[in-house]
Amino acid sequence: MYRETQIISDNSILASPDVEGDLVINVGPQHPATHGVLHLVITLNGETIKRVDPHLGYIHRSIEKMCESLSYRQFIYVTSRMDYLSAHINNHGCALCVEKGLQVEVPPRAQVIRVLMDELTRLASHQLWWGAMAMDVGALTPFFLAFREREMINDIMEETCGARLTMNYMVPGGVMVDIHPNFQRRVHEFISHFRNKIDEYDELVTGNVIFQNRTKDVGYISREDAISYGMSGPSARGSGVQCDIRKLYPYEVYAKLQFDEIIETAGDSFARYMVRMKEMRQSLSIVEQLIDNIPPGDFQAKTKAVLKLPKGEFYSRVETARGELGVYITSEGATTPYRIKFRSPGFSNLSALDHMARGAKIGDLVAMMGTLDLVIPDIDR
Amino acid sequence: MPSANFEEQQWLNVNVDHNEWPGLAKSLRDHPDLNFDYLFCLTCIDWKTHLTMVYHLESTQHRHILVVKSKLDRTQPDIETVSGIWRTAEFHEREVYEMFGVKFRNHPDLRLLILPDGWEGKSPLRKDFEDPVNMVKL
Amino acid sequence: MDVSQEFPSNPQPGAEKTDASAQEENKSYHSFQTNAAATRPEDSGFPGRVHPTPSGGILVTAIDDVINWARSNSLWPLVFGTSCCAIEMMSTASAKYDWSRFGFEVARATPRQADVIIIAGTIVNKMAPVLKRLYDQMADPKYVIAMGACATSGGPFFYNTYSVVKGADHVIPVDVYIAGCPPRPEALLHALITLQDKIKRGLTKEQINGS
Repeated sequence: MYRETQIISDNSILASPDVEGDLVINVGPQHPATHGVLHLVITLNGETIKRVDPHLGYIHRSIEKMCESLSYRQFIYVTSRMDYLSAHINNHGCALCVEKGLQVEVPPRAQVIRVLMDELTRLASHQLWWGAMAMDVGALTPFFLAFREREMINDIMEETCGARLTMNYMVPGGVMVDIHPNFQRRVHEFISHFRNKIDEYDELVTGNVIFQNRTKDVGYISREDAISYGMSGPSARGSGVQCDIRKLYPYEVYAKLQFDEIIETAGDSFARYMVRMKEMRQSLSIVEQLIDNIPPGDFQAKTKAVLKLPKGEFYSRVETARGELGVYITSEGATTPYRIKFRSPGFSNLSALDHMARGAKIGDLVAMMGTLDLVIPDIDR
Repeated sequence: MPSANFEEQQWLNVNVDHNEWPGLAKSLRDHPDLNFDYLFCLTCIDWKTHLTMVYHLESTQHRHILVVKSKLDRTQPDIETVSGIWRTAEFHEREVYEMFGVKFRNHPDLRLLILPDGWEGKSPLRKDFEDPVNMVKL
Repeated sequence: MDVSQEFPSNPQPGAEKTDASAQEENKSYHSFQTNAAATRPEDSGFPGRVHPTPSGGILVTAIDDVINWARSNSLWPLVFGTSCCAIEMMSTASAKYDWSRFGFEVARATPRQADVIIIAGTIVNKMAPVLKRLYDQMADPKYVIAMGACATSGGPFFYNTYSVVKGADHVIPVDVYIAGCPPRPEALLHALITLQDKIKRGLTKEQINGS
């Protein structure tokens, strides 16, 4: 392996090996297992990792600067491209923040539709995570199975929202159009189809001895460290941290729903894996509770065409499939925001990777990154 | 906390002087009634006359939220790091350093995180960032 | 001349359908029958005519046509997805919109074994030298597809961004552009078939500039 001296920055003290015999390698920006463009500079001693240094910025699209020149109706849809696997939930967070500023009440029908779309998106994101994680660890079949289920959700979304992946559906005040007449029937079909499939997934991957050996006791992080590193979402719940925003600070109709917050205490990769598998079942039960009880009424509250938030600052928190997304808008009373900050879940989850990976073998690094469920455009913004 | 003054916006805001921030930070985390152990957002806002650092803190035990703000001088923005207290601040402070030019004293490894090489000192998220090629002033 | 009698074991997919219009459609992609009235080489399927002899046959064709036909039907893509379009690329690779029907079976991770690079996602200033290096590492003949609005022209990130390269063709020469944000898998398949047509007709940049 040759050293990539042009990509590693020469100013960095971490780029040089500590001891004679240490190897510094790149898990490069273009790699099948990095879920995007993540560049890790790893210092190895033999096969044991001494230090992991992430180099970010290969997909930094300067979204925060760009949003300062977009109106309040426009900037929401740029966030779909930020964490594209939970696109609805990102848009939801931005819409909630704008509604906080405008003091607008969202009608109940819109609230239920939003939560339904959120939970379907969470299911789709966890399905893709499962397929990609199994592919990283070495199994190729789950990838195709996961995409088969995901296509069903994509078709449901496409009928109502118009797009498969970056559905620009949420607006401040509600949703853009009403749901399609076929929506309920198709979601019922999906629920009955998917209920059996989760058991199939468990049989295929979870109970597999090779998979368990690769993920048990790999990437341990304790509860205090997880809180200190700012981890959130399923990665933190695998270490025993109670951090589900849907339970702690409920928004929309989550306060009225019956679902469990899944906490595992083992803190290793297998615990994080089990948290997500169980969360898929919980999301399915939320969809079941809501799909027959969509209240009639408006799907959008009346708002002006050009939105102006009053002077001040507003923060909204939502639970995406990866963790807690924070949208922090500082406004000066104009039609465009003065400063927007997106607190993305992957940013903090990635900072714990170095802590988890010290002392592990390089083959374990891939299993760890799989369970952290990183989406790099979310980190780089 | 002699120089702190309080405001009530969405959550309780505390404005402190940037020299007193490290002492306050440690007691916020360690005091048993406060116990703010989860720093969930660290950012900086560029008001054209000064910069403001904003820290959002939460306690996982008592579930209260606090926002701490600290004004910095625009020409020489300098503040103590909190990455020894909350480990998540390491990455967040590196990002604020490269986007706004704020220097964090005693940071273990302050260098560019997201921007490419050669962008030290450019501070793109400041309001006076000049880029006539790309930026269209609307 | 009708080839099907000479090679009875070859499957004739067009012959199974009794519908006349279906036969017309299938001729252009699957049929081994030569069509003297076809003016474009890609309409006739396998390029060349078989001159029957008692012991089999002699294939009469132009070498360029055969080489182009072989290359276009077995392009191996490089795994290169930067952002959201990568998910649609993965969907195209999966079971519902399968791209291995068209020959893109093996998606290689290393550029040295790949033929076509599908730039799926935004290219930013920090990534541009990496893209150039990957393109240089690919062996000739190589082709480039720019997928999505970001790779075509910067896409939604065109205005007021200091770090986005406004179009991947500022870095490497592109053969096929796909519009969409993200484009549907069918659009990506259409672009792949268009690339195959382009290669068969000898119109890609690499073929025109001489190789």
